[in-house]
Amino acid sequence: MRFSPSALDRKLIRDLKGMLGQGITISLVVAAGISGFLTLRATYSSLLESRDQYYEEYRFGDVFAQLDRAPESVAERLESVPGVALVHTRVAESARILMEGPAQTPQALILSLPPGGDAPLNQVLLREGRWPGAGESDEALLLDTFAERWEVAAGDTLGVVMNGSLRSVRITGLATSPEFIYPMPPGGALIPDDERFAVLWMDRRGMAPIFRMEGAFNDVVVRMNPGALEREVLAGIDGVLEPYGGRGAVGRDLQPSNFILDGELEQLRQFSTVVPIIFLGVAAFLLNMVLSRLLHLQRTQVAALKALGYHDSEVGLHYLKMTLGVVIAGSVLGVVLGWYLGRAMTLFYGNFFGFPILGFRMGWRAPLAGILIAGGAGVIGAFTALRKILALSPAEAMSPEPPARYRPTLPERMGLGRLVGPMGRMVLRELGRRPLRTGLSALGIALAIAIVVVGRFSEDAMNYLMEEQFYRAWRENVTVAFTGPTPERAIREIAALPGVAHAEGMRVTSVRMYAGHRWRDVPLQGYPDEVRLRQLLDADGRLRAFPEEGVVITEKLGEVLGIAPGDSVRVTLREGRPGEATLRITGTVDEMLGMQGHMRLGDLNALLAEGPVVSQALVQIDPRDVEALEARLMEWPGVLDVASRDALVERFREQSAEMLTVMTLILTLFASVIAAGVVYNNARVAVSMRERDLASLRVLGFSRREISTVLLGEMGVQVLIAIPPGLWIGHRLCVWIAGTVDPERYRLPVVLSAETYGFAVSVILVAATASALLVRRKLDRLDLIGVLKTRE
Amino acid sequence: MPEPVLTTRGVTRIYEMGEIEVQALRGVDFELMESEFLVLVGASGSGKSTLMNILGGLDRPTDGTVHFRDRELTRASDRELTEYRRNHVGFIFQFYNLMPSLTARENVALVTEITRDPMPADEALALVGLEHRLDHFPSQLSGGEQQRVAVARAIAKRPELLLCDEPTGALDYRSGVVVLEVIERVNRELGTATAVITHNAPISAMASRVVTLHDGAIDEERHNETRAPASEIRW
Ligand SMILES: Nc1ncnc2c1ncn2[C@@H]1O[C@H](COP(=O)(O)OP(=O)(O)OP(=O)(O)O)[C@@H](O)[C@H]1O
Ligand SMILES: [Mg+2]
Repeated sequence: MRFSPSALDRKLIRDLKGMLGQGITISLVVAAGISGFLTLRATYSSLLESRDQYYEEYRFGDVFAQLDRAPESVAERLESVPGVALVHTRVAESARILMEGPAQTPQALILSLPPGGDAPLNQVLLREGRWPGAGESDEALLLDTFAERWEVAAGDTLGVVMNGSLRSVRITGLATSPEFIYPMPPGGALIPDDERFAVLWMDRRGMAPIFRMEGAFNDVVVRMNPGALEREVLAGIDGVLEPYGGRGAVGRDLQPSNFILDGELEQLRQFSTVVPIIFLGVAAFLLNMVLSRLLHLQRTQVAALKALGYHDSEVGLHYLKMTLGVVIAGSVLGVVLGWYLGRAMTLFYGNFFGFPILGFRMGWRAPLAGILIAGGAGVIGAFTALRKILALSPAEAMSPEPPARYRPTLPERMGLGRLVGPMGRMVLRELGRRPLRTGLSALGIALAIAIVVVGRFSEDAMNYLMEEQFYRAWRENVTVAFTGPTPERAIREIAALPGVAHAEGMRVTSVRMYAGHRWRDVPLQGYPDEVRLRQLLDADGRLRAFPEEGVVITEKLGEVLGIAPGDSVRVTLREGRPGEATLRITGTVDEMLGMQGHMRLGDLNALLAEGPVVSQALVQIDPRDVEALEARLMEWPGVLDVASRDALVERFREQSAEMLTVMTLILTLFASVIAAGVVYNNARVAVSMRERDLASLRVLGFSRREISTVLLGEMGVQVLIAIPPGLWIGHRLCVWIAGTVDPERYRLPVVLSAETYGFAVSVILVAATASALLVRRKLDRLDLIGVLKTRE
Repeated sequence: MPEPVLTTRGVTRIYEMGEIEVQALRGVDFELMESEFLVLVGASGSGKSTLMNILGGLDRPTDGTVHFRDRELTRASDRELTEYRRNHVGFIFQFYNLMPSLTARENVALVTEITRDPMPADEALALVGLEHRLDHFPSQLSGGEQQRVAVARAIAKRPELLLCDEPTGALDYRSGVVVLEVIERVNRELGTATAVITHNAPISAMASRVVTLHDGAIDEERHNETRAPASEIRW
């Protein structure tokens, strides 16, 4: 049987073909809105699920504690702490690895493995190779991120300084574990480090004797009973470990790797809720606008169908099909694209995090929600227009719209009319005649500009943060960390080394700061009186003075702990004179990176009951001499680490910024598609609406050029008036997003670069120019007779 | 004695345009009889199209009643008015109102597909002499040809009522006669009550009755003793 569509359906098919360009671009707007929504949504939920699976399968602990040393029998007492389900004791020691090349002695954390490697908690994931032999003291598994960075393979042998003596350790395999998704060196580092930090897992019976830890442990991982109160478990564990030099247990949220991962995922979460909704919302608004205008153009046809005896419901169905044709095409494309991109992005991030288990799931809810929101908005747009037409009697709707009442516009009344000439006046009057339509078009374009800005915001924020933090706040290009408190004399010796322009000493100590039952481990930083290499900057880039007395803390820290200037806080000290002390908060500073306290070096040393000592040296040196300095300093006995700023910046970029780059790319792409779609449709609808007027003008003797000027002039004015509000809306949206993205580790400053503004404007201008060319072509081909002969 | 198909009593129609009110019809009492061929004349702006739209169920009067046989159209719901147009009325619009994206044949099919006992679209188009233009789009047809498609569309459903708003307005003499012949034939063979608005005075000779509208009211009514066949009309 031959498929023979009804006349009405033929009209549908032809009308859709006739507006192919518009149909495709509208579909693309829908597709971009939906796939942007789905990509981010699905990526986030898939990553979250993959992380949870990883944690579950490899039995990531709930509570972690370190101590000096306790006999193995203490484990039983830990097990009897209320709320504790399972205790896994370990030996954790630090060591240095000697790598090829000068000054390359990354620090290593050596962790004990139970016999057979089968840890009940924080299980080790063997990626390749084999487990170390039972009782072996010269075999180890190596953390995969470090192995990758240094190109170490299973079977290689590394020189490791353990407890003061150099040993050859054979790497039997590469491994990781949920606690090292981000390789965070111990001691409150801000930035993960896959180059200068390694983990070695060794058989416990083999390694314990090296550190004289037979029958003892100094590291515990605990699993809690479901429903147990973390606060109580932490207190219970601290109580048991206190006599053994317990350094305070922490929950999962503050476990260093998980803390960073949470921050990154939190950021992804915010981006995957707020941003897609903005995108979808904008796409929906535009779809609504474009479709209601398209329908408006069909006014006389709707009336004629009614006059011929078609019911409102039949006419409605006809236009519903037309709208759905466009919306469904866009939705399908959007879902398919969202699936592909979501999967690609999940893989990208999954590999980035090193999750061993990667499941991508989009589910049906998100696609359904996306389609309903976008499709719903389109259908509503079409139908508000259709309802208005259907409400008219056919006789009324069929008669041509009453001639518009034009009047001189404001610029004309101000006497500018003469300046713009008759064409200019026509442009102004057309725009002024329908202020609402002009306003809506401009708003649509403005929103398109705004989402392009939003797409690039996080990249800008990250660049600004890096620039401010690493180049303005920190002015040293090399930081030397000492193994412990070091006399200030060391600074003078460093200052005398070749190439060193300036050096100064700083003391940094980690304390635990309490406010009620809330607390955070916070570095306290003491600066010399004549500090030159550090500046205290707030998020707006303003310079703040270092405190004369007391402690100035990061504003975020004050917020987290609920403390304000004037308050006194209790801290536990870990160096110098361990114990408790009270600090007076004298100010807060809205810093972008980290959470810390700033005070005078003298005050800090006094707090720790120590003389004039420092724990690190800040060095300003000719970049060409950095390598030589590193090599020389690493030979000094008291030097723990020499870090160059460039390497640090590079690491930060890799860890945090690159993650945003992919997202920025995708968002920018979608935003650009939406922007182009809007500008083009706006122009096309304008042509259709004014076809008759323009044809009449041509007949009256106006040239092609002149009528194009009228129409393109209208378009141009709309685009131009949309740019400033567009950039402003973009900025406001970014401020809003920044308010919802709130990891503790860094604050995203809303500092949009000139490039971003320029880019957003360029996208619109390119889209406008391309649309103008297409419109111009359309106008050049305007079939004068045809247009005037038929009554729409 | 023929029955009236359409009856109006005291029909007025006021267009409100902001401040200004235009009274297009002021109390029209009027009947259209079964099988009658009526011509409606009057100066431009006298309210002919307005009356025709109300008779065809395209518009509602501001006041007064309209009956189609014994059904009161002025009380009918929108749905019932649609059914009325769909099943009983053939309308030829002053401005054709064809669907630009449909061919001549499809424009006619648009109507025949939704009526009970239509003639085939090709046949209706052949009646108006357009059998060679079946697959042309409106923009590929002359104004007169478009008008003839509109006529074919109106008669294809074999309506009980044929309402024509200047069916020959845009036509030359020859195609005008073709159109009039078709209308006459439908009137004669199917007994369709027919009302034709025209500015062409000679066409009145075809009518059994001529009604003149003046400024929204019936001014004059005249019965023709003998009706001239369409082929003999000259203008
Ligand atoms: N939609 C409308 N809004 C306002 N006034 C209208 C509208 N339609 C018609 N009129 C006015 O009503 C009056 C009658 O119009 P109508 O179209 O019925 O005239 P007509 O007799 O058909 O004229 P013509 O022979 O020129 O077609 C005119 O004065 C016209 O201006
Ligand atoms: Mg008229």
